[in-house]
Amino acid sequence: MDMNEIKEIFFQECEEQLAELESGLLKLNDGDRDPETVNAVFRAVHSIKGGAGAFGLDDLVSFAHVFETTLDCVRSNKLEPNQDVLKVMLKSADVLADLVTCSRDGGSVEDSRTRGLVKELEALAKGEMPSGGAAEAPKPAAVAAPAAVAPTDDSGFQPIPFSFDDDFGGDDKTVFEVSFKPRRELYSKGNEAALLLRDLSRLGDMAINCDTDALPALDAMDPEETYFSWTISITTDKTEEDIRAVFEFAEWDCDLEVKEVAAEAAEELPMVPVPFDLSALDDEAAAAPAPAAEAPAESKMAAAAARVEKKEAAAAPAAAAANNAAAAANAAGQTIRVDLDRVDRLINLVGELVINQAMLSQSVVENDTNGTSAVNMGLEELQQLTREIQDSVMAIRAQPVKPVFQRMSRIVREVADMVGKSIRLVTEGENTEVDKTVIDKIAEPLTHMIRNAVDHGIESPEKREAAGKDPEGTIKLSAKHRSGRILIELIDDGGGINRERVRQKAIDNDLISPDANLSDEEIDNLIFAPGFSTADKISDISGRGVGMDVVKRSIQALGGRISISSRPGLGSTFTMSLPLTLAVLDGMVVTVAGQTLVVPLTAIVETLQPEASAIHSFGATQRLISIRNSFCPLVDVGRILNFRSTQANPVEGVALLVESEGGGQRALMVDAIQGQRQVVIKSLEANYTHVPGIAAATILGDGRVALILDVDAVVGASRGQSMKQDGGALKADVSLAAAG
Amino acid sequence: MSYIVKNLAQGDRELIAFRVGDQEFCVNVMAVREIRGWTKATSMPHAPSYVIGVINLRGAVLPIVDFSARLGMRKTEPTPRHVIIVSQVGSRIVGLLVEAVSDILTVTEDNIQAVPEVASSLVKQYARGILAIDKRMICMIELDSLFPENESEAA
Repeated sequence: MDMNEIKEIFFQECEEQLAELESGLLKLNDGDRDPETVNAVFRAVHSIKGGAGAFGLDDLVSFAHVFETTLDCVRSNKLEPNQDVLKVMLKSADVLADLVTCSRDGGSVEDSRTRGLVKELEALAKGEMPSGGAAEAPKPAAVAAPAAVAPTDDSGFQPIPFSFDDDFGGDDKTVFEVSFKPRRELYSKGNEAALLLRDLSRLGDMAINCDTDALPALDAMDPEETYFSWTISITTDKTEEDIRAVFEFAEWDCDLEVKEVAAEAAEELPMVPVPFDLSALDDEAAAAPAPAAEAPAESKMAAAAARVEKKEAAAAPAAAAANNAAAAANAAGQTIRVDLDRVDRLINLVGELVINQAMLSQSVVENDTNGTSAVNMGLEELQQLTREIQDSVMAIRAQPVKPVFQRMSRIVREVADMVGKSIRLVTEGENTEVDKTVIDKIAEPLTHMIRNAVDHGIESPEKREAAGKDPEGTIKLSAKHRSGRILIELIDDGGGINRERVRQKAIDNDLISPDANLSDEEIDNLIFAPGFSTADKISDISGRGVGMDVVKRSIQALGGRISISSRPGLGSTFTMSLPLTLAVLDGMVVTVAGQTLVVPLTAIVETLQPEASAIHSFGATQRLISIRNSFCPLVDVGRILNFRSTQANPVEGVALLVESEGGGQRALMVDAIQGQRQVVIKSLEANYTHVPGIAAATILGDGRVALILDVDAVVGASRGQSMKQDGGALKADVSLAAAG
Repeated sequence: MSYIVKNLAQGDRELIAFRVGDQEFCVNVMAVREIRGWTKATSMPHAPSYVIGVINLRGAVLPIVDFSARLGMRKTEPTPRHVIIVSQVGSRIVGLLVEAVSDILTVTEDNIQAVPEVASSLVKQYARGILAIDKRMICMIELDSLFPENESEAA
């Protein structure tokens, strides 16, 4: 493993720590005062600092250090973590994240931004409360664009010198009494007391007293336990901070006390260094009935306990490794890091296995009339097993949506700051799991929607107050599982959609005809139409020419749907429904003009056998079917896909009532329904090209390729045709090619 | 699987020759992944006329191109005796439907004659040379030019 790989791991861990940091700060923000939360936050910053130090990332270390110092004040209850303090801290967490990103990808964080925060943090550490204005001052310029993270200037980041000497009267020599009692974790993490003491001795003159009272008889001794503690009296010109810094990485694994004692007092109690000649113990250890004796004798050092531990480790490395692994696993919630490629390969292989198993079953059924044979029973079990394997493999890729949601809280903060609004983001169901590919792909549309909600959704504090609402707006982001899909809701308590304006805008932009008769829902959904943006002026935050239509399209590309419901004055709710995985799909297998097609089950509302009396001709080619007294256009799938040149007789087929994006139902005509099954999605694009009206391909039990219908595109195509004929209200540009 | 590793002299090429109608063509052996029998393909909507459909190649979706139709000749009526040459074209894998594979040739650059000036732009587009072997004429095809990467746009 070379340095770069280690560094890569460090950055991965940094991301985890940053997530931990942010979630901890948000918890504190919500009023959580659990000391463990504060500790977790502190630990996160501390670990980043420690790792950064090891890689010589000075910018990161110096900022993290200041941050850590302030957090330490919170930890020791010197600083009350109120809203103002947390605001600074959340900003600091953002800067820290940016610094990590810069350290990894190059570039620099703007100087003014870091320096401003360092000042604020230092002020907090000194017990000054942040003044609202000062906190805002350096901000707007620094975050004018989200690209602030990117290398924007060449001047680079300049480390900020900071010193604590002022606080501690640096020049005079002081005597400290340090009591240091390691716990067993200290050694199991590879630290060694002797080295720590040696480092400490470099700070000044010191006298060490080793307390061996706790040492039991040899037969009662646990080789992994610690029995020694030390009392050190040190005369130094350094500060308490410096002394603590020696134990920096061992701090949680030992009992450490640093006391300042008066110089005279120390003089009166000179401590005599105890010579640590523990050869006697070594001899005893050698006599012990363990292969420990074979370990090479090492130089005499202070840490006898550590030595015993080492020998034990040499004697039973497997056991020790297992212990360590178990400890590490417990700490990390039992996870391992696996290369994504490996998981994907596994998923592909399982996909093949499922297909192969289906093919095998089918050929056995075809060749075997006796349904109770042993082969059949074996196959049934195989089928169940493959299904289980498939589910478990899919679960490997499932990840909680938490990281994405956390990113959103930062965006809310930044954008709200920019537009001068006060907005709280409430998240719910962050632990809802969904396939990693879905997670990766929802971040972008979600970001856009959040920006929109902050910029357009929530009103300014003045307007809110005028309307009798809490001046602080609330955006709620929630995720939950709903019938095999994940439902993500974005609820704001803003002004809701201004239907009059939306309508006017749509007319101005030639999206609807002025006399169109639209329902409220249809008007709300106009914001998803291409080329629609409600912002009167193009702002930096949203409305950069890309609008909600892009959001909608990217959601659709994921096999999802998005809809909006809005109540004037009360806010809007965006609802996204997404598949849990992009690899498999529940489909209805149908026959169209001799071809086998798969229709995604999620699109189908109901299936019905049309009666001749329910079919009505409408215009030259269009036909409508009446379902419970409402008329629904019939779409002949075979005709749309060019499988046949004339329209099939609807009475001979089956109608699938589908609900498509853009509202409205359509009845898709197919010849027959074969059945329902879960299919593995295979890309057509890999070797061929995108086919209009076809979402992907799959392989059925007989080994043949079947095409998966792109319902929205087919419906869009049918709407395109009907639009030309009767000039419908919506002139949305839904061409087949674009709908994919 | 056994095949003879030949020490190819510099400039030597190995080609797979196949028959389509009464003509013979060849492609670089390095582009060919495997040769398999004809299986019924699933037809594709909105496909160019020379794309017969797609088949399952061990879990991958493989488009099948009627080689004869692609060159502007008669459309092939596939039978179980036809073969599919699975070949690598750029980053994609494409199956070529041909009548039969006839030969594996080792030729030097000297054996390859230039394509005569003909009017047909389609011929000029795909033919890279002509071989005269045992009184047969074999046309050397460049698959990359036959199925350019941006075919998706063209189709």
